[in-house]
Amino acid sequence: MKPAPFEYHAPSSASHALELLARHGADARILAGGQSLVPLLNFRLSAPAVIVDLNRTADLAYIKEEGGSLRIGAMTRQRAIEFSALVRSRLPLLAEATRWVGHLPTRTRGTIGGSLAHSDPAAEYPAVVAALDGEIAIRNSGGERVVRAADFFVGFMSTALRPGEMLTEVRLTPPPPDSGWAFEEFSRRRGDFAIVGIAAVVAMERNRCRMARLAVCGAAPCAMRLRGAEEILEAGRIEERSVHNAATRAAELVDPPSDLHASSDYRRHLTRVLTRRALNRALARACRPEAVDA
Amino acid sequence: MPEPQRIRLTVNGQPHEGSAEPRRLLVDFLREDLALTGTHVGCEHGICGACTILFNGEAVRSCLMLAVQADGAELMTVEGLARGGELHILQLAFREHHALQCGFCTPGMLMAAYDFLRVNPRPTEDEVREALSAVLCRCTGYQGIVRAVMAAARRMSAADE
Repeated sequence: MKPAPFEYHAPSSASHALELLARHGADARILAGGQSLVPLLNFRLSAPAVIVDLNRTADLAYIKEEGGSLRIGAMTRQRAIEFSALVRSRLPLLAEATRWVGHLPTRTRGTIGGSLAHSDPAAEYPAVVAALDGEIAIRNSGGERVVRAADFFVGFMSTALRPGEMLTEVRLTPPPPDSGWAFEEFSRRRGDFAIVGIAAVVAMERNRCRMARLAVCGAAPCAMRLRGAEEILEAGRIEERSVHNAATRAAELVDPPSDLHASSDYRRHLTRVLTRRALNRALARACRPEAVDA
Repeated sequence: MPEPQRIRLTVNGQPHEGSAEPRRLLVDFLREDLALTGTHVGCEHGICGACTILFNGEAVRSCLMLAVQADGAELMTVEGLARGGELHILQLAFREHHALQCGFCTPGMLMAAYDFLRVNPRPTEDEVREALSAVLCRCTGYQGIVRAVMAAARRMSAADE
């Protein structure tokens, strides 16, 4: 099918886009990379009166380091993130997860801001931003507010964004240098949305885990931290048993839906298996020989 | 009804001009307005990859873009692969390795492979399989396509040296 008619605007800056959003209110939809919205338009599952296309904005695509954190503009393409030397060295978890986001031709257009604002329950980026405890900058024509990832994803395909607001920037603080990280995912075909995905970050001090962060996608209405499993890791010495217990706990913390892709039980099983795999890889990366307790 | 907008763009090195309503998909503009029917329309929701083209040098799904978004852009479609009547190395490899059956996915396979081999000129077979997962072949003739892309990669990198 083809999209229903809409009024089209392609502003050249973020502030011009915000004026248009203020003028059109709830009638307007923001078009970022279009890899989720355009299929919805083609099927007429979405038929907005006004499209505000951000692809001509000059000031929303960048990756820069500022005050110890990486700031990534909302219109930064997934492909740019995939090949960014700065992301690879400072946020390797984000680089690793990007390989799981669609395919190279969809990453050419797809953006980090679009993925976060769309908040598909199975999308990889929301889980990564949750695991990195990221901050999301949101603007409207009146000003800016900053929301933590944990407060941004609020339910099934819904976020803290309000009409007239636009996600403009993601701020991610790289984990400390003694950390390990891993992204694990299972999907039936490469490039499909995850059936379940797990993002893990662990910071080690000798054989103790100083900080553990685990986030899941595909097993909850939106990306979700698995705090109960993190606490098991932070409670004592790290050994096979604690990884096993954390993975078991992770599976208890989710209440996944059944659909044609996978049953609820299978998703819970995957949550346990992928948490264990992600933790084992993250711990191996954190425990380089010189960091292991002598 | 929104007014048609003027679109000026370059396709396969040739300047083109047309006009389209904002809702017109880029793939329909290419096929119906510019009569470049080499690019195929399959699923119209970004899954099958038959409509893959290069947009400013990088592969995209042309069913997930609006024609107005291509104003000022440089595109390359499957028609731009052959030069002066000579098939591109990828096309020759597809012919040699029986990488087409019905041919419907072929334009998308070729353009996705073209972009992929520029990003990764010496891929492993696993990497080729991962890259080709971006395009669906409903004849399921994947083995020949993988062999063709591997052969083209070897020949293209040999030609570079």
